[in-house]
Amino acid sequence: MTAATAARPSVARVAAPSAWYAAPAAAFFLVFAVLPVGALVVLSFTSWDGLSAIAFDGGESWRSVLTSEVTLAALGVTGKIMLFSFLVQAPASLLLGTFTAGRQRYRAVLAVLYFLPLLLSSAAVALAFKALLDPNFGIGTASGLDVLRQDWLGNSDLVLFVVVFVIAWQFVPFHTLIYQGGVRQIPRSLYEAAEIDGAGRVRQFFAITLPQLKYTIITSSTLMVVGSLTYFDLVFVLTAGGPGYATRLLPLHMYLTGFQANEMGAASAIGVLLVLLGLGLALVVQRLGGRDRAASEMEGA
Amino acid sequence: MAAVIDHSRAPVEQPRVPVAGRARRARGARPRPNLLGGLGGWLWLVVIVVPIYYIVIGSFKSQTGYFDSNPLLPTPEPTLENYATVLDNGFFRYLANSAVVTAGAVVPAVLLAFMAAYPIVRSRSRVAGLANSMFLMGLALPLQATIVPIYLIIGELGLYDTLLGLVLPAIAFALPVTVLILSNFMRDIPRELFESMYVDGATNWTILWRLVLPMTRPALTTVAIYNALGVWNGFLFPLILTQSDEQRVLPLSLWSFQGEYSVNVPAILASVVLSTLPLVVVYVIGRRQLVSGLTAGFNR
Repeated sequence: MTAATAARPSVARVAAPSAWYAAPAAAFFLVFAVLPVGALVVLSFTSWDGLSAIAFDGGESWRSVLTSEVTLAALGVTGKIMLFSFLVQAPASLLLGTFTAGRQRYRAVLAVLYFLPLLLSSAAVALAFKALLDPNFGIGTASGLDVLRQDWLGNSDLVLFVVVFVIAWQFVPFHTLIYQGGVRQIPRSLYEAAEIDGAGRVRQFFAITLPQLKYTIITSSTLMVVGSLTYFDLVFVLTAGGPGYATRLLPLHMYLTGFQANEMGAASAIGVLLVLLGLGLALVVQRLGGRDRAASEMEGA
Repeated sequence: MAAVIDHSRAPVEQPRVPVAGRARRARGARPRPNLLGGLGGWLWLVVIVVPIYYIVIGSFKSQTGYFDSNPLLPTPEPTLENYATVLDNGFFRYLANSAVVTAGAVVPAVLLAFMAAYPIVRSRSRVAGLANSMFLMGLALPLQATIVPIYLIIGELGLYDTLLGLVLPAIAFALPVTVLILSNFMRDIPRELFESMYVDGATNWTILWRLVLPMTRPALTTVAIYNALGVWNGFLFPLILTQSDEQRVLPLSLWSFQGEYSVNVPAILASVVLSTLPLVVVYVIGRRQLVSGLTAGFNR
C-alpha cells in the first residue's frame, strides 16, 4: 500500500477523497443488511412465534431444523435446482451471448426480444406459466401433441424440471447480456489472427472466446449459483413448494416455517444455512476460477 | 492464445493479410453463414415469445371463450372486459404504491452508492478498502435469507405495513451491485482530469459533482433502471412487510388477484400485462442505455 502510494505521489496528493463519502451507504448497509445477518444468527437460538416475546431456547430451533426431514428434502431440492439450473443456463447464455455479440442486424433484433422476460416480475412469470401449463386448457391441448399434454405442475417427477425451465426462461436473458458484453470486449485481432491460421468457428470459440471470457464466466456463474439460493417468488406462486415437498426450496422452506408455521427461530436457523451456503458457494466458484475476484477488484482500485 | 503465437511464425505475411481480411469483411461477404448458431437463436426466440404471445392473446378472451378456444390462437371476438376488471380492482393504487416504493428506493440507493464509489476508487485508505470489501461480500450474500430479522427490525421501527418499511431494506439491498458497477465506471475516468481540476483549486466535493457525476452519468442511468426493475418486481419483502390493501404493490396484487379470481384466467393474464406495461415503456425509452451499461458493468 505505502509503496504504491510513494511510487505515484501525484495520485495520493490530488485525489484522496475522504472515506466519509462512503459513510451513508455503509451505514445503511450495516443497519439493513449486516445487522440483520447478525440478528439472524442470534434469532436462530431463540423460539419466537412472530408476536410474543423472544426467548432463548438453547439450540432447540437448530435441533428441530437439522433433524427435520423436510429441511433435508429442501436442501436436496435446492441442490438439484442449483445444479440443473446452472447446467441449463450457463451454456445457453454463453452461446446466446456469443451469438448476439455478432453485428448482424437480425441478431440485434433478436437480442431486443430476448430481453423481454426480464421485464416481467417473477409473480407474473409464474402466473403465466401456471396458466400455460394447465393440463386441460394449456399448451398440451393447444398444440394437440400428447407429449405436451402432461400434468406439468402436479407430477412430482416432472415439476422440478418445469421449475428449472421457467427459472431459465426468466434468467437466461440477463446472463446473455453479460456474455454479450464480454464477447464484444475481446479484441478483434485475436479472431483475425485465428482466421489467418485457418481456425474454424468452433475452434475459435474454444481457443479464443472461452478463455477470454474467463472473468465473465466467473462473474456470471457466481451470480447464477448464489442467485439460485434466492429463487423464492417464482416457485412460491408457481407451485407453493408442491406437490408434496417436490419443489420446496430452502428459501421457500424458510418462509413457510417462519411466516406460516410461525416458527421464527427455526426459520432463522434455515436463514443461517442459506447465508453460509451462499458465501461458501461464492468462494468455491471463485477459487475454481483460479483467482480471488474480490482481491482483484481491490487491486484495481 | 495458441493462434496468436502461431501467428508470429509468419512475420512476412503479417502486414498484408489482415488488411485483405478487413477489406473482405467490409464488403459484408462472410465466409460461411453460421447455420447452427442461427437455428439456435431462432429456436430460443420461439421459447421466449410463445409464453408472451399466449399471455397477450389470452388477456383479450372472454372467460367462457378462453375455456372453449385453443389457447394459442387469438380469439375472433376480442374483449376488453378483463382489463376493466383489473382496473376496477385497485390497479391504480397498486401502481402508485409501486411507483413510490421504486422511486423512494432507487434515487437514494444510486445517490449513496455514487458517493461511496468515489472514495472506493480514488482513496487508498484502509476504511475505503473495508467499505469496498463489505459491499463485495454483500454481492455473495443471499440477502433474502434475512427476512426474519428484517421483519423484526421493521416492526420495532413501527414501519410494518408502510411503504417506508419497504423502501429502507430495498435501498440497502441495492447498494452492493450499484457500488460495484459505479466504481467500475469511475475507474475509467482519466487521472489527468482529476489532476487538472485539482490544480484549478477544486475540492474533492466539487470534483465529485462537476467531474465524476457527468462522467458517470451513463452508468448512473443504467444502475437506476436495473435497480428499478428489481424493486418494481420485488415480491418477498412486500409479502412479509405489508398486509393491507392500501399498501399493496403490483407484484403482490397479482398474487392476491389470482387468489380472488382463480377461475378467471383471462383477467389474471390481463393483470400480468397491465403490471408489465410500465416497464415495457421504460425499456423502449431506455433500452440502449440499460443494455450497454449492464453489459459493460459486469465485465471488468
